[in-house]
Amino acid sequence: MSAEVTAPRPEVLRTDALVPRPFRVTETHRETYDTVTLELESLDGEGLAFAPGQFTMLGAFGIGEVPISISGNPARPDRLVHTIRDVGGVTRSLCEAQPGDVLTVRGPYGEGWGVSAAVGGDVVIVAGGIGLAPLRPAVLEVVEARRQYERVHVLYGARTADDVLFGVDLATWASDADVDVAVTVDRAPTSWPGRVGLVTDLIPRAAFDPARTLALVCGPELMMRYVAAELVDRGLPPERVRLSMERNMRCGVGLCGHCQLREFLICVDGPVFSLAEMLPLMGVREL
Amino acid sequence: MQSLQELLNEHPFFEGLDESTVSMLVGCAQNVHFRPGEYLFHEGEAADRFFVVRRGRVALDVHVPGRGKAVIDTVDDGDVVGWSWLVPPYHWFFDARAVQEVSAVAVDASCLRTKCDEDPSLGYAMMQRVAQVMYHRLQSARVRLLDLYGADRVG
Repeated sequence: MSAEVTAPRPEVLRTDALVPRPFRVTETHRETYDTVTLELESLDGEGLAFAPGQFTMLGAFGIGEVPISISGNPARPDRLVHTIRDVGGVTRSLCEAQPGDVLTVRGPYGEGWGVSAAVGGDVVIVAGGIGLAPLRPAVLEVVEARRQYERVHVLYGARTADDVLFGVDLATWASDADVDVAVTVDRAPTSWPGRVGLVTDLIPRAAFDPARTLALVCGPELMMRYVAAELVDRGLPPERVRLSMERNMRCGVGLCGHCQLREFLICVDGPVFSLAEMLPLMGVREL
Repeated sequence: MQSLQELLNEHPFFEGLDESTVSMLVGCAQNVHFRPGEYLFHEGEAADRFFVVRRGRVALDVHVPGRGKAVIDTVDDGDVVGWSWLVPPYHWFFDARAVQEVSAVAVDASCLRTKCDEDPSLGYAMMQRVAQVMYHRLQSARVRLLDLYGADRVG
């Protein structure tokens, strides 16, 4: 009996795909009590060109590596930016990195948001919690070429006012770039002048033409489900709603299968998918 | 200046009601304004009216002993504040505070309840609208109970 071995996906079998590159931390910013933004530069002097929505496998020597979305400006490949939430051993170590420390970087990996598909129409960006980090490069790309787009909405939900990420960016986008920025939090002290409620409540208030809109959504999966339902209710075709999915990514290049979601490998087929692709899977509890 | 009839006609809460029904409601309504920091009502007071918010933002506050006041929801233009007027014992459960300059139409609860009792189709139409508000607030509260943005310890 002759068994033919199916060749792995050729596009992910670059010889250097698994080789980490050393990057030095140049700056750190504490975003919230558990979230830190790191700016890094490569030791080999070559930048890291990426598409908004892509991620890298970011590692601390002797500790481990984790998939982290790139949160920087795609127009500045010389400066790699990651926003990391301390949720475990590796991310804690990354959050504690100081300027001068050297970390490892593999990637960038995955399919990005494909922001250019929105050119000429409206853009609705919906983020929840740390989900604003993978969307920040997309917003920066839109803002950079603001005239190519019609109405642009950034709708953001956070746990509390203290958990709001990129507060300076949100204010700048609203004031300088003609972006409609709406923020809501789950609960607040009486000193908070903004909205309290669900991020889905912001969608009916956003003015956009569903037939000419691209929506980009990132946050906890349940939140994305509710947001997607609201967007479809507003008339957006599922093909025009894009979600960034999260699973247990390890190799980043489609070899190990840890991030398999039925027929998809999140690390190479995603992490950004259309709602049309994800809709049949999102309600399946076994996945 | 717009008449009360026009204000109610164009408010989403009354969308779908015919002119004659809205004009019946006008008899129970009055224009009200609140400056930032002013209270529309306080917890425990009689829920003798509800507010159709035309402009501004209202925060629903609750006092948590030992932790001070917390905002549990906000209501913006296009929404309504209050459903306790419809459910015995007709007492407010939270405080309602104007966060910004608020313009609203206050609808007298006892007047409206009487009209609803006299005209079941009006009562049904109002109940449908209030149920929708209650549904959204309940879903919002339930989802926020999950604390989705909290961190899962993973890696």
